[in-house]
Amino acid sequence: MPALLDKRLVIVTGKGGVGKTTVAAALGLAAARRGKRVVLCEVAGHDRLPELVPELTTVSVDPEEAKQEWLRYQLRSRTLAGVLGGSRLFQYLTAAAPGLSELVTIGKVWDLAQIDRRTGSTVFDVAIVDAPATGHALAMLRSPSTFAAVARVGPVGRHAATIDRSLRNPKHTGVVMAALPEEMPVNETIEFERALRRDLDMGVDAIVVNAVHPVRFRREELKRVRAVTGERPVTQAALSAAVSEHLRARGEHAQVRRLRRAATAPVATLPRVFEPELGREHLERLSAELERRL
Amino acid sequence: MIGDWLERKEVCICAGSGGVGKTTTSAAVALGMAARGKKVAVLTIDPAKRLANSLGLPELGNEERCVKADVDGELWAMMLDPKRTFDEIVERQAPDERTRDAVLSNRIYQELSNAVAGSQEYMAMEKLHELHQEGRYDLLVLDTPPTRNALDFIDAPKKLAAFIDSRTLQAFTTPGVLGLKVLGRGSGMVFSVLKRATGLDLLEDLSTFFSSFAGMTEGFRERAEKVNALLADSRSAFVLVTSPRADAVEEAGWFHHRLLEAGLPFAGVVANRVRPAVPKGDPSTELTELLGDDALARKVMRTFEEERRLAAQDRRNLAALRKRLGRKPMIEVPHLDDDVHDLPGLRRMDEFLFG
Repeated sequence: MPALLDKRLVIVTGKGGVGKTTVAAALGLAAARRGKRVVLCEVAGHDRLPELVPELTTVSVDPEEAKQEWLRYQLRSRTLAGVLGGSRLFQYLTAAAPGLSELVTIGKVWDLAQIDRRTGSTVFDVAIVDAPATGHALAMLRSPSTFAAVARVGPVGRHAATIDRSLRNPKHTGVVMAALPEEMPVNETIEFERALRRDLDMGVDAIVVNAVHPVRFRREELKRVRAVTGERPVTQAALSAAVSEHLRARGEHAQVRRLRRAATAPVATLPRVFEPELGREHLERLSAELERRL
Repeated sequence: MIGDWLERKEVCICAGSGGVGKTTTSAAVALGMAARGKKVAVLTIDPAKRLANSLGLPELGNEERCVKADVDGELWAMMLDPKRTFDEIVERQAPDERTRDAVLSNRIYQELSNAVAGSQEYMAMEKLHELHQEGRYDLLVLDTPPTRNALDFIDAPKKLAAFIDSRTLQAFTTPGVLGLKVLGRGSGMVFSVLKRATGLDLLEDLSTFFSSFAGMTEGFRERAEKVNALLADSRSAFVLVTSPRADAVEEAGWFHHRLLEAGLPFAGVVANRVRPAVPKGDPSTELTELLGDDALARKVMRTFEEERRLAAQDRRNLAALRKRLGRKPMIEVPHLDDDVHDLPGLRRMDEFLFG
């Protein structure tokens, strides 16, 4: 089995707000350090990657554009695709054809990881996808197999079946989940891993838990911090902050342990960055840390 | 506080981006209103069982269940099953059994009701509307689905109605010249190209789907309109949930703008997990004296400095949001020491939400 970054397509997903984009960017930097030609794809439409990693190639997949492109490819004709794409009936049909947006989106992403038919070589060694949150991501990963089943004959079915095969081939495609060391994100991570296995017989390659607070105080130290009372408000605030941060860190570590017990995939943790905004040097540090732990 | 926002309201819709504590906030609001004597139902779509457990229930289903919360009013909860809700509507709207079965067993329908973006959001609204019609509760609290885009669900009823639009159906049910004319030029080609590209099956499935739906479109459209009307009604209130993180605040501001644009009744913002403001000054000397240990005092200081930096950023982000809100209120819920995932946890949120 090739290592994660030696695969051609890496899908990064996770519960909303857990740092998928950060993990995708950090993986991108790690792959680039190894001399890989990387493309980072954004499909959730918030366009934060170009700002985060300006030196890497980034692509933002727009479902509408992808639909037109897919049509041109399917029909091998720009004019025909234009007429069809502009047709109201076609718009109704594509809106009604369940999962078509998901299919063309994953199709576009898949395409970036393929061998160019004209040059016979790949443009990129690895495509890393900042995918939508778990529910949507599952729908997206499922769409090729659904389409292959519905459109049994013809080029659409064949194309969908090809994408489906690559997605399910662990040598070709990897799945990374981002999480936070909290109750709900941990639950969702565990559930997604199970659903992916159940629905598509796919595994998760790695789980990255973001923003884990350090446990700084020993039990005996915490006791001493708790035993005293600050005279000035600022001193008391400092003492309280130490206690509550410690409790939070302990709770987080318990969540990570729970995740490790329940998940099949290896779990890596990244430290909390105590900066208001994630700057460039922090991202690089996280990326190096991630590379070491994966 | 939030009790005032919801006074005389019958529907409370909690919206916001993923990971900001929307589900927890919905549950805490519902519990708080029930504690104040109301008969409340909270609707969630989050399949994680923890919410059910946090309400003291083994699990939640597509029917409301009573929560034993020891409140003056009543608290009911349900976990929405969008697929089940969709099926129920079909069962209600279908003119006869044959049509009902044709729709329910159609592959296009099955995919549509399961996975299509927008249908989950729509079904949440649909259930909300149904419960509101029945009038068994004083207040309904809806935890909106975690969408890629927090606004998807505002457009959901329109989108769904558009795609079960009768004009599309006409093309399928009367595939003669008339139907094609309505749809414009190129329709003949659309059919032939699609046939070539997809094989017949997809078209046949679509055609069956649309023709069996033909008798139901009016019902669907009517309901979508009623759902829209309910959302815009003055008896409804939108509560925006956010965290102080820059991206969440940004999305909340934008969401607020869209709500106003759409003429929907916006009540206020709940900001979760806000770090408390940190007093000014340098406590390091006093810490060393108190603890009698230089190394330990330095560790406390370091933690405090980190906390202070993050708290300052929280303030800045929320101040920016407050500016955009104008006169609309914002409630801050501080970061509680551990995750809120049980009834006592929800009760701890109460004092901040209800003031």
